[in-house]
Amino acid sequence: MIFNIPFIAVVAMVFIGLYAVLFKRNLIKIVIGISIIESGVNLFLITLGYREGGVAPIYTSLPAGTNYPEGMVLPVPQALTLTSIVIGVAVLALMLSLVMYIHRHYGTLDVRKIRRLRE
Amino acid sequence: MNILNLLIQHSPALIVAVPLFGAFLTPLISRVNEKVRNIFAIFVLALTGVFVLLLSSDVIPNGPRVYIFGAKDHTIPVLRILFEVDGMSIFMAIVSVILALVAVIYSWSFMKENSGLDKYYTLLLLLTASMLGLELTGDIFNFFVFLEITCISSCALIAFWVHEGEAVEAAFKYIVVSAIGALFVLFAIALLYGQYDALNIATLASVIQYTFLDKIALVLLVVVLGMKAGLVPMHMWLPDSYGRAPPSATIIIIGATQASLYGVFRVCFTLYGGIFRDMTLSSVSVGWIIVILGLITVLVGVIMALIQIDFRRLIAYSAVAEIGYIFLGIGVGLVVLGDPTMLDVGKTAMQGGVFHIINDALDVSLLFLVAGAVYYATKENSLNRMGGLARNMKYTTVFFLIGLLAVAGMPPMNGFASKLLIYESVYRINPILSIIAILCSILLLAIFVKVFHSAFLGPKLPRFKDVKEVPKSMLLAMGVIASLIIIFGIFPQIVLSNIVQPAADSLLNYGDYIRQIVSSFSGGM
Amino acid sequence: MSEMSKIVKTISNILFPFIMIFGLYVIAHGHLTPGGGFQGGAVVASGCAMLLVAYSSGWIFSKIKEKRLSAFESLGAIMFIIVAFFGLVFSGVFFGNFLAGSNLLFGTIPAVGSTLADINTGGVLPLMNFAVGLKVIAGLFAIVLVMAYASSTKEWKK
Repeated sequence: MIFNIPFIAVVAMVFIGLYAVLFKRNLIKIVIGISIIESGVNLFLITLGYREGGVAPIYTSLPAGTNYPEGMVLPVPQALTLTSIVIGVAVLALMLSLVMYIHRHYGTLDVRKIRRLRE
Repeated sequence: MNILNLLIQHSPALIVAVPLFGAFLTPLISRVNEKVRNIFAIFVLALTGVFVLLLSSDVIPNGPRVYIFGAKDHTIPVLRILFEVDGMSIFMAIVSVILALVAVIYSWSFMKENSGLDKYYTLLLLLTASMLGLELTGDIFNFFVFLEITCISSCALIAFWVHEGEAVEAAFKYIVVSAIGALFVLFAIALLYGQYDALNIATLASVIQYTFLDKIALVLLVVVLGMKAGLVPMHMWLPDSYGRAPPSATIIIIGATQASLYGVFRVCFTLYGGIFRDMTLSSVSVGWIIVILGLITVLVGVIMALIQIDFRRLIAYSAVAEIGYIFLGIGVGLVVLGDPTMLDVGKTAMQGGVFHIINDALDVSLLFLVAGAVYYATKENSLNRMGGLARNMKYTTVFFLIGLLAVAGMPPMNGFASKLLIYESVYRINPILSIIAILCSILLLAIFVKVFHSAFLGPKLPRFKDVKEVPKSMLLAMGVIASLIIIFGIFPQIVLSNIVQPAADSLLNYGDYIRQIVSSFSGGM
Repeated sequence: MSEMSKIVKTISNILFPFIMIFGLYVIAHGHLTPGGGFQGGAVVASGCAMLLVAYSSGWIFSKIKEKRLSAFESLGAIMFIIVAFFGLVFSGVFFGNFLAGSNLLFGTIPAVGSTLADINTGGVLPLMNFAVGLKVIAGLFAIVLVMAYASSTKEWKK
């Protein structure tokens, strides 16, 4: 049961992020919701690589007695997570600069008031 | 090994690396001069086009080709990122390169008075590189990375005219929807990786069993990639984005939409191909869902286009309708997949759907370029305030007529050939679907005749007295697309037998794709 | 945003070299310890953001022109792609590791198993780490600088 706690946390974070995106009115809160979903998916990627009792997958000065490579956690999900974090930074920067432009043009950050494009 | 074979062998990497290198060099080159930067962009895309043509001359006769980054041969289990190019990939690459080249030629004079043009050309080249990478890759995480790069660059291009607030609003809607969708694609990829410990599409397709988590991954992938392709009911971002971006950027964003469409086909036909073959999941159910959604897309696109008064938003809704036709054709191909007696219906439907990809890209691009030319000349967006432009802009009127006939599916334009194939095969499945599709096509003709009348015909308006014809580079770009449309319409057999049939066959024979990597794979047609 | 008091400016002057050295250490040892191009670049960029907060963004924006940062960013990216093309020329495949095993810059091959870290290993990887680190420093610093400057002035200039 204790090894399922990260997966439960992932589902909780995705649902909290979706709630923030769907039901909040402030644009910055929507951006924060997307950031929470991204943290949840990154946590899911990292948790997939865990092996019980494993050490970090670095060959420099291993603790004595560890057999490599079976006693290490998987390194591939760590690379995937790093790529995803970098992409998340870029998307977040773009979204925040768009929010700044919208505030300059419309004067408000309320989603219900920035709807000049209809139907 | 002469120089041509060397180029063909390394061309999958060069097709992505050359526009990327050009995109990184553009901020430095644009400090020199403006003309140098424009010529550099055209030169980079022409070089990419040459590489695409070289690769297509090898892949279409000989079968899929694998390129491994960082090593000479692949080991089992597959450790490296690799590009795998088969007929469908190179077909989409040809479409993307044509659209990108025309866009750069058009934006030579269309974007001349705007500032910040070095960033515009950088984004354009980056979008082209990521689109080509999306279509050539054989690794599913690499597909996700290129999908995100496409989403970021196209969002920045949509928001390019920051002095009007509606463009920024459209870009914000697009990036919110795209970012959440791409995160769910990453979730699906993590589900597949966690079960099978493989990221390569061919390796995954050979070991996949249809567990419960695979069903979740299939649903997430098809829904998100369909959302990026404009499938109803997830199409809401499309009219805003296409209607507000600069028209020369819109046609490359159309290319990015087609690339997401390619992602749907790669997932349905190759990744889950074995599951559909031995009827673990009935391909009838997934195929029927895609057919019904495609038909609803056509209906929604056409009905919403009836009431628009903004020129580019109307063309965007007709683009939604055209994507619906492609889904209709390919969905029929998916429905008859397990039934050997209706094989010819399946092949006709797939060929119609794949041929309609290039036709839709060319037709809708021509309409957007004409709308851009009208905006350049009159600075008006709304159809209520235009009129009588045919006297001053003769060439633009002729191009709009060609685009109108092509979109509505009239002979002798290319839309007729592909739509006829789709109508034929859909009729054999269920006649009512075909009748609704034909009616929607006629309705598209009516809509565009109305647009033609209100924009170009009519009395001469006094405030458009000194409107001149648009500059030559824009006319050249529109002329290239119009001549391609007419050539494909009069001689459709050239395109059908040379590039469309290998693409459709490579989707149906998914075993060739997998056998390049996992050489012991049995199964597949 | 307005500038901070003298105490904050002095402490950030003292701290900034240490942050920069730590970030460059993380970039340079990317093939031995956890880290690499993006992580080290983010550390240095956060040091630059600390300077941005201590001195006002208007003052730093007048000292560092945004075009120079854009040139650094392009330089980092071009170095990355040129190293990849060198892999194509010298080693037969794109991104090939042509420095591993040769007695050029980073050419030693480490022994299998648990070793002490030798910075001379890795081949092409430390060069790519430097290129990515340069690009990330310039890129993130430009993003934070432009956002801070744009949100502090009432009148934007194009």
